[in-house]
Amino acid sequence: MTSSSSRQQRSSREPQFIGAQSKDAQSTRPQTVPPDRAHAETQPRWRKDFPIDWVESDYVSRRDLIKYVVLTSGAFAVGQAYIVLKTLQNKAQSLYPRSLIADVEELPVGGAKTFTYPEGSTPRLLVRTGPEAFVAYDQQCTHLQCPVVPKVREGKIHCPCHNGWFDLKTGAPTAGPPRRPLPRVLLEVQDATVYAVGVETKTL
Amino acid sequence: MRKSRFARSQRMPILNGILVIVVVLVVLQLWLLTASTNAYLGGDEATAIPAAAVSCICLLLNIGLLRYLYRLD
Repeated sequence: MTSSSSRQQRSSREPQFIGAQSKDAQSTRPQTVPPDRAHAETQPRWRKDFPIDWVESDYVSRRDLIKYVVLTSGAFAVGQAYIVLKTLQNKAQSLYPRSLIADVEELPVGGAKTFTYPEGSTPRLLVRTGPEAFVAYDQQCTHLQCPVVPKVREGKIHCPCHNGWFDLKTGAPTAGPPRRPLPRVLLEVQDATVYAVGVETKTL
Repeated sequence: MRKSRFARSQRMPILNGILVIVVVLVVLQLWLLTASTNAYLGGDEATAIPAAAVSCICLLLNIGLLRYLYRLD
């Protein structure tokens, strides 16, 4: 390597502050602008030894950050679209056919019966709360899956394992460790027969 | 090369402003996604479509701001 070419290479690596360049160099090479924009002669030596191209680094990095944040925004929107697709898919495939679960005369007021709905589900609990009133819930406590017991006179459902209580009318937790309501089985009474038509699994 | 309407000193506050707005919108989208996932897994499907609509609006705003940023150069 000749001494002139190595000198050229060295000079291209050196920081080029504004005010220290020839006109040709200013037109071809990006200029390094010191943060205080003072003349090159007044800059401290360390700044010459550790040059940073302020124009490039300041501007491009922010722009790149915005690009990546917008990309993240797109990913979040895709996630939302996936939830909508799953919701529509669930609505299209009705998992809950209409199913006969009991005759009205079969249960006295205050009586209860277990059943499965849909076929193969966890046990459900049908309770007759009045002459024409029925409610049905999942029989498993939402705390630790213990079987719950209806207390019709008190208007409550009791979980004896950890003394959890639910409201009989709504299935909402009222006392004890359970925090989520019992999943509710939607019922229809027609021609003295009780049918299950769906399951409501809202947690709030 | 087309010359920008703004000087560099003017572009920087615009760029910072765009960055702040984009980040706020993405944080909103993250909150929406968390809330609607929680609702969906809890069996409440009523929130899915409105949340997705708002999230898409946020994405469109972000894309618009990014396009503006490119046109700023």
